[in-house]
Amino acid sequence: MTALDLARWQFAITTVYHFLFVPITIGLTGLIAVMQTVWHRTGNPEWLRLTKFFGKLFMINFALGLVTGIVQEFQFGMNWSLYSRFVGDIFGAPLAFEALLAFFLESTFLGLWIFGWDRLPRKVHLATIWLTHIGTVLSAYFILAANSFMQNPVGYTFNPKTNRAELDDFLAVLTNKVQLVTFPHVITGAYMTAGAFVMGVALYLMRKRAIESRTHADLPMYRKAARLGAWVAVVAGLAVVVTGDLQGKVMTEVQPMKMAAAEALYESSSGHAPFSLFTIGSLDGKEKVFSLEVPGVLSYLATGDVAKPVEGINDLEKQLQATYGKDPLTAAASYTPTIWLAYWNFRLMMGAGFLAMLFGLMVLWRTRKDGLPMEKYWKLIGIWTPLLPVFAMSFGWIFTEIGRQPFLVNGMMSTEAGVSTSVGAWSVALTMILFTLLYGALAVAEIKLTLRYAQRGAVPVAEPVDPSTRDADAPLLFAY
Amino acid sequence: MSNLSALQVVWFALIAVLWIGYLTLEGFDFGVGMLLPILGKGRTPEESNRRRRVLINTIGPVWDGNEVWVLTAGGATFAAFPQWYATLFSGYYLALALILVALILRGMGLDYRGKGDTALWRQRWDWCITGGSYAAALLWGVGLTNIVWGSPVKVDPEVTGNYIFDGTLFSLLGPVPLLGGLTFVALFLTHGAIFVALKTDGDIRHEARALSVKTGVVAAGLAVVLLLLVNTKHSSTIGWAGAVLAAVCLLAGLFAALKGREGWAFVGTFATIAFAVVSYFGALFPNAMPSSLGSVNDLTLLAASSTPKTLTIMTWAAVVFTPVVLVYTAWTYWVFRKRIAVHHIPDEQHVTATVRG
Ligand code: HDD
Ligand code: HEM
Ligand code: HEM
Repeated sequence: MTALDLARWQFAITTVYHFLFVPITIGLTGLIAVMQTVWHRTGNPEWLRLTKFFGKLFMINFALGLVTGIVQEFQFGMNWSLYSRFVGDIFGAPLAFEALLAFFLESTFLGLWIFGWDRLPRKVHLATIWLTHIGTVLSAYFILAANSFMQNPVGYTFNPKTNRAELDDFLAVLTNKVQLVTFPHVITGAYMTAGAFVMGVALYLMRKRAIESRTHADLPMYRKAARLGAWVAVVAGLAVVVTGDLQGKVMTEVQPMKMAAAEALYESSSGHAPFSLFTIGSLDGKEKVFSLEVPGVLSYLATGDVAKPVEGINDLEKQLQATYGKDPLTAAASYTPTIWLAYWNFRLMMGAGFLAMLFGLMVLWRTRKDGLPMEKYWKLIGIWTPLLPVFAMSFGWIFTEIGRQPFLVNGMMSTEAGVSTSVGAWSVALTMILFTLLYGALAVAEIKLTLRYAQRGAVPVAEPVDPSTRDADAPLLFAY
Repeated sequence: MSNLSALQVVWFALIAVLWIGYLTLEGFDFGVGMLLPILGKGRTPEESNRRRRVLINTIGPVWDGNEVWVLTAGGATFAAFPQWYATLFSGYYLALALILVALILRGMGLDYRGKGDTALWRQRWDWCITGGSYAAALLWGVGLTNIVWGSPVKVDPEVTGNYIFDGTLFSLLGPVPLLGGLTFVALFLTHGAIFVALKTDGDIRHEARALSVKTGVVAAGLAVVLLLLVNTKHSSTIGWAGAVLAAVCLLAGLFAALKGREGWAFVGTFATIAFAVVSYFGALFPNAMPSSLGSVNDLTLLAASSTPKTLTIMTWAAVVFTPVVLVYTAWTYWVFRKRIAVHHIPDEQHVTATVRG
């Protein structure tokens, strides 16, 4: 493998791994803020227990999102130095904004939330979790703006003298049309993920307590949590579908090859292009043995009109060769991304999401009017539902990034042209092994803790005392 | 001396400010991590555990925020001096990867140590916290000293306008950079010990204060030699002024520690680190990375800089948001101002893995 291949693998591994934890953090801070707000308003101790319980699970998850994020901040310079110098003007700014506006907010107020239960007046303490949540959403906005620039570069001019792209409109970068559809898609996906997480864990615990006793005092509490999670998963899931559909249209406009790859559509279609739900044949879709197709859906997804034509890979390849083939910055052997990855990741993303929504609806139905989900399969649903949107998010990213290839910045710079030339393959290989082993070991610790704390459930907790009446020398309410 | 614009100078100064923020703040939580086995030693395993928890909880609410300073420094360098970011991080590749591993391990240790229930679990994470803190302190010292001292950077023969690093991990292990690493370790140990003295009560407080004077003397010796060497090689007014002030503050801080004035002692070590950074950046100016392969190869700030447009936008953001960040950061330290002693540490609520549903 060349340094380029290794650098790509390293980026993919570390980023996908980082993103396993990110959606839960974004969504769960929001849901925890809601739970704590309900407790604040109603004084019902059940909501305090839930707040603290999911807070604990969140902290276990957050630690990993945090430490893997540090790698993200530096790896553009490490592995993609030519890219960094080329677009640093434009791409660096959102990263700096993210750190200054979002990371500080998020990490400082999270510290206050975790340790501040008995140090801050209740209202102020409630505000800290909301501010943490706002921090995570802001963070997503800036990083997605940076990524959207790579999908659809805007707001810059190329300066041949310095051989760099230079910023001329920052607002255009922040309101890139790809960004305007990507941000809602990812954020609603994050809420869906957190909803499914809350639902799954609460469902599992509800069934477990019900097995102990049909009249267990905690059943109503878990039911509330399960239903809250299910509602969020279903409603956010619908929003994900709508925003995803909008994304398809923007994508067809700015990256038609990505849409063609998503459907493995080799020949341009003159209209009513079908969408295949499932295909058996060669992996890259060139030979089909069997394909379950719905007519018109691809045309609709791509253009908003079932009768409109959709361009195919063969035609697009010719056009892209003609436009980009000669410039050394954008030259590539082929402009067609890896079809089977694009095709299957796109379907897996949607499939996993739909399945999670279906489970959400089932839970809403089963738990209405004191219904108790006792059958064995509810346990499986409880365990697997949290994972489905997490996987859907990863599939979505892998699709988005694979579909952008061979470009690093669409139409502007090829991936090959952006890699660090001074870093040897063995250095990349070494760090890749290092990070992979380390991340693997951390995953073991995280899963172990998550399972342990989840199984214990939402134990009763003491009401936090008001800091003004608290004995100054009493033990801390929370300590590491 | 150079044709730098005011904005470029401002951004160089702002990056120095971010590093000051990082090293003064994370400096003491590196110190606390490094001191864990020393100050965290009690007569019984139970007492040791309590003492370690006291130490960790002094930085519990703030260490993540402290770390964000370096993320901001990274992002700001990327935006304001892209060529610096590109050459530095691809050049010091393995060293940076090791720093990342160290930061990951200590971060995980701080978060996860208290969430397990066996002595083995805690012991392993203690290793991560302490080892990660030593490694990160040492490597930042080596890395930053290399930047200022000069490393094998050269003009890229292949890509117009690009600069590359023409060396290996071993090119970074010269005697002066290694001295830089040791100095950082000694300074952070002192800074951390004084922070512990300021934030705790009981035996730990007194032991920490006594220890800080000992490590402080070592730190002072190392720092004086280091700053003399660096500023003699790259002489500048600001560099020398920073060096002298750093030395004065360190001595004043140690004196205050001896007198039992922990607050002043902390101000002293805090200012020492801040002035040492000023001295480094003074020596560095107007380069981003001086080259050890002849000054034609120096990566200057001018060559590394982004455009006035980007710098202007970033300046506005920095002017508006940095004060806000400083205000809520200061408030956090105020909220958690109380000293912690062994009897404030609540009992651990063990969660055992026996339940299976
Ligand atoms: C800010 C920019 C940015 C952001 C937010 C992401 N990526 Fe990306 N991604 C890149 C910037 C980038 C890149 C630097 O541009 C890479 C490196 C190599 C390449 O071709 O693009 C890339 C490659 C890349 C690849 C390898 C593609 C290939 O080499 O064929 C995968 C699988 C992902 N990314 C996955 C993700 C995931 C799961 C993300 C969710 C967090 C993600 N990316 C966010
Ligand atoms: C490849 C680009 C990325 C970089 C450079 C990056 C950088 C970072 C860093 C440095 C942190 C740790 C912050 C701290 O110390 O508190 C972090 C955490 C976080 N990142 Fe990323 N990140 C990337 C991708 C993403 C994406 C695509 C999203 C969202 C859509 C995202 C959202 C978050 C959030 C919400 C957190 C805080 C929560 C957590 O730690 O789990 N990041 N990121
Ligand atoms: C029918 C449902 C869905 C449709 C039509 C859809 C559509 C899309 C499209 C077209 C893209 C690529 C955008 C681009 O590259 O420009 C995308 C990306 C993505 N999808 Fe979906 N999606 C759906 C469901 C889901 C679900 C359920 C999730 C997760 C909970 C999800 C998460 C993502 C993520 C994280 C990305 C990558 C980031 C981005 O580009 O927005 N999607 N989706």
